[in-house]
This record gives sequence, structure tokens and C-alpha cells, in this order.
Amino acid sequence: MDFTIQNNKDTRSGFGEGLLEAGRRNPKVVAFCADLTGSLKMGDFAKEFPERFFQTGIAEANMINMAAGMALSGFVPFTGTFAAFSTGRVYDQIRQSVAYSNKNVKIAASHAGVTLGEDGATHQILEDIGMMKMLPNMTVIVPCDFNQTKNATIAAAEYEGPVYLRFGRPKVPNFTPVDEKFVIGKAQMLQEGTDVTIFACGHLVWKAVQALPILKEMGINAELINIHTIKPLDVEAVLKSVAKTRCVVTAEEHQRNGGLGDSIAQVLALNLPCPMEMVAVNDVFGQSGTPDELMKAYHLDTPDIVEAVKKVVARKQ
Amino acid sequence: MTINELERIASQVRRDIIRMVHGCQSGHPGGSLGATDIVTALYFDQMQIDPAHFRMDGNGEDMFFLSNGHISPMFYSILARRGYFPVSELATFRRLGTRLQGHPTTAEGLPGVRIASGSLGQGLSVAVGAAQAKRLNGDKHLVFVLMGDGEQEEGQIWEAAMYAPAKGVDNLVAIIDYNKKQIDGPTDEVLNLGDLRAKYEAFGWNVLEMSGNNMQAVVNTLKFARENAFQGAPQLILAHTEMGFGVDFMMGTHKWHGSAPNDEQAANALSQLQETIGDY
Repeated sequence: MDFTIQNNKDTRSGFGEGLLEAGRRNPKVVAFCADLTGSLKMGDFAKEFPERFFQTGIAEANMINMAAGMALSGFVPFTGTFAAFSTGRVYDQIRQSVAYSNKNVKIAASHAGVTLGEDGATHQILEDIGMMKMLPNMTVIVPCDFNQTKNATIAAAEYEGPVYLRFGRPKVPNFTPVDEKFVIGKAQMLQEGTDVTIFACGHLVWKAVQALPILKEMGINAELINIHTIKPLDVEAVLKSVAKTRCVVTAEEHQRNGGLGDSIAQVLALNLPCPMEMVAVNDVFGQSGTPDELMKAYHLDTPDIVEAVKKVVARKQ
Repeated sequence: MTINELERIASQVRRDIIRMVHGCQSGHPGGSLGATDIVTALYFDQMQIDPAHFRMDGNGEDMFFLSNGHISPMFYSILARRGYFPVSELATFRRLGTRLQGHPTTAEGLPGVRIASGSLGQGLSVAVGAAQAKRLNGDKHLVFVLMGDGEQEEGQIWEAAMYAPAKGVDNLVAIIDYNKKQIDGPTDEVLNLGDLRAKYEAFGWNVLEMSGNNMQAVVNTLKFARENAFQGAPQLILAHTEMGFGVDFMMGTHKWHGSAPNDEQAANALSQLQETIGDY
């Protein structure tokens, strides 16, 4: 993988562009938004397809169920609000009317994690991956940069079934190929290695990319895999990599409970037990601050990944 | 269909409800009995539907959603009697492996059910979404949704109640099964619903009222609602019903909201309900 930074862009803008493109490709794509059109970058879609855009007001429960009702008739509805209000606030609606009823609703969730920043813990959801992956029928996607979020959005529109699509607020390095086809459930190999496997998702992927040269200098040849689809997990890719490296670090902007690390640990405990470290938020809420400050404060930064790798490699020996 | 024919079907549906709930010793007979006339009139007379060829998408036909899913015995009986699935399947209600789950679901592929319900307050929103889909499709059929009155205590109801008139969703007819009882007791005591008519009118709905256990009144009101669709506003029918209607000892109390009759009680109930088109 070429790690050249093409530009710095927010993943939510990737969603906005992906939604517009999905809408152009398929006239059945419709979008609902609960008063956060600007934040979710849904404005271009709303402008180009006004009859297919539904402003719901600040009424997320109604939005989720309307989307389910519209999906019945063959439409492909996306719902848009912050991740906090896309999950915890409407969990029962999603559980009964989307997941259990298996409706083709795409839940687009922005501003996930501590990188939401100054608004603080009320809005910085760190439990959403866990809530969503527990639901049968639900697919959970956490793309890592602008390009991947755009491509994941297009893939979500083409996929039949409930999808939770998680992305964020700040501008981050955009490095994945522009028009790479996003394959749901297929882990993305970013760097092959032999000493340790780093499984990362979302904003932590770039943090892990930055760790690679530092580890190399230490004589650690790390493998880096982007788990952009938390569910269904690419079990084959996980086991294949770990059979080779025999130790693992996971990295995510989410609670340790219920996150990517949990999913990987479950696979390994059942199939291939080995030393493992988790870079994640550990059972605390976030707080106000800049995204960069918060990533450091909650130990979600490149040095934290490096430390975790050192620790897990030592445990292996 | 004549009023007499509809009443005969309703009587059989009420027998089905008692027998289903008695058979598995669980379920919700009270509300089921009370709402029977409304849903019988919808499925056997007023809705334009094609039961022999059930389509999940509901395109080109009227659609019905049951928001208060606990009155599933009534819903299942009417679907079966209308030809969506074999009447004999009613005997499997609430039993392991059945398509007739305690609350309606799509998970088992039962024809006639388009979405799960049971957790209250969601059906009106689903119906608004389905109605908007019909508008996008240029489909001139109607969407009906039945809600409980206790269910009006859910906040989400009022999100949908605000949305539908604001966006001119005028191909929607919502019906409240206004029996004034819920599981803990009279609605007045649990949480007074206040003036539901005034509340919905204030939100911008056209509100109709009917006697929900008088077949002629039900048919007339549903007909009126169809004639008055597509005039800019959604319509709400406040259906005054009696929980347990048709079985004397189940009326005038909330006791039969969610409990099953024993053998003696079931026999007593069935003696009050004429078998008209044959028990399952």
C-alpha cells in the first residue's frame, strides 16, 4: 500500500460524496436527516434530489422507523445524524424495525468517538460499535479515511440489508485509493509483516500507519490490517495473519468493551489463543478538548500503538 | 360485503382469538376482541388488497400496519381468514417454531406481516414512511395503521404526529383503538391521555370519531376517510371501543389485557360467540 497522503479530509465529507454518487447511480436511494444536514454533508444530495431527501427535524426515533417503512417499498434509505443519536437514542427502533425486521436501512453515523472534540462526552459516543454489532442481521462498517468512506457508502447502498456506517468529524490524512471498490467484510491488508499483527479501524488506521516506520527502526516487522468491516468480521484474514505473527494489537476509537478488540479476541480465544493488547478507551467517558488533545489523553495515538506492540512482542517471547 | 356478512366474520374472528389464547394459555384477548370489528372491516371490505399474492413492498395496494402488536391473535385470525395463510396454522400460535410469534414479525416469513411490532410507539412512524414511499411511487393507495390508546404515551408517537401533517402526508389513515384501558388499569389513572382529539387537531390532523364496535359505523367512517384522502392532511380516527367486546366477563375491565381464560372461562366465552364460518 502506498501511504502517500493525497490530502486531509473529513470522513463525513466522504459520506456526503458517496451518498450523492449512490443517489445518481440508483434512483431508489433516499435520505433522511434529523436536522444535521450540514454536519453530515448531506446538502449536495438534498439539493440534487430534493424529492428524495426528507428533513425529519430533531426526531431520530421517527426517522429510523420512517426509513424502515420506506425500505419496504424497495427504496434504499440512509438516515443521518451523529453516531450518538444514531444508536443509543434509537436502539429499540433499530432493533425491532430494522435489524429484527431485516429492512434495507443504512444508518449513517457521523461524529463518532472522541475526535468529535469540544462538544464533550454527551456527543462522543464510544459504545456504538458494540451496540450495533450485537444485533443479528446488522453489518457494521468503520472506514478509515475520506476515500474509503465514500466507497463504503456506495457499497452500503448496493448491499441488501441493514448497515451501520460509522465515520467522524475531523480532517484526517486521506491515503486509500480514490476509486477502490469497497468490499464489505473483506479486511484490507495495508502492510505485510511477520512479528506482530496490528488490526485497526477508523481513525486509528492512520495512527497505526505512522507507527510502522517507528517499529521498523526498533527491528519489529509489523503487519497492519484495516478491519473496516467489524461485522461480518473477516475471520479468515485474521487467523491467516495471526498464524504467522502469533501476537496481536488492536486499535480503535471506541470502548474496549464491545469494540473491534473484543471481536478479534473472541476469534482468537476460540481458534488461536495468543498474546494480545488493546488500544482503546477503557471504561471511561470522554471530555471536551481538541481532537488531537483527546486522542493523546485517551491513549489512542501512535505512541500508544508503539508501546502496545512492544509489550505484546515481549509477551510472545 | 354486507354489514351482516362482516359481523359474521367478526364473530368467527372472536372465537379464533379465544381459542388461540386459550390453546397456548397466553396472549392478549382483551384488546384483540375490542379491535376486531375495525380490522375485519378493513381487510374484508375497505382495503384494496391481494391476499393471494402477498407482496412485501405493498406496491399497488393498500397497506395496513399493526403498531400495538400484542393484539396479534386478532391480526393473525383476520389474515388467515382473508386467505394470507392456512387457517389451520392458527393452532400454532405462540408455540415453538411457529410463524405466529407472540408479537408479529417478518422473521418467520408469515404472509401479511411487513414489519415487527410489539415494542410500542413505532408503527405510526413506519406507516408515515410507507405512505411517503407511495407518494414517491405515484401509488394512489392508502396506508392504514392501528395504534393502542395506551401507546399514545410513547414520545415517538408525537414525533410522527408532528411530522405527518407538516409534510402533508395525506394518504395515511391512523386509527386509535380508544378503549381507555391499558395493562395497569384505566388510562385515566395510569397516565391521563387528555383530549386526544384536540391534541391531534392541534398537530394538524383531520380527526374523525367512530363507534369502533358498530360495524356499520366502522364501515361508514373508513369509507369517509378514503373519500377525504389526498386533501393535504393525514387523518386520524378515534375509535371508541370496548376492551373484551363480545364476551361479557371480559368487558368493563383491564383484567383481560394479557391473560388467558381457563377451560371453563373459554367455554363460557365461546358460548357467547357464534361459530359462523367454521372453527379452525
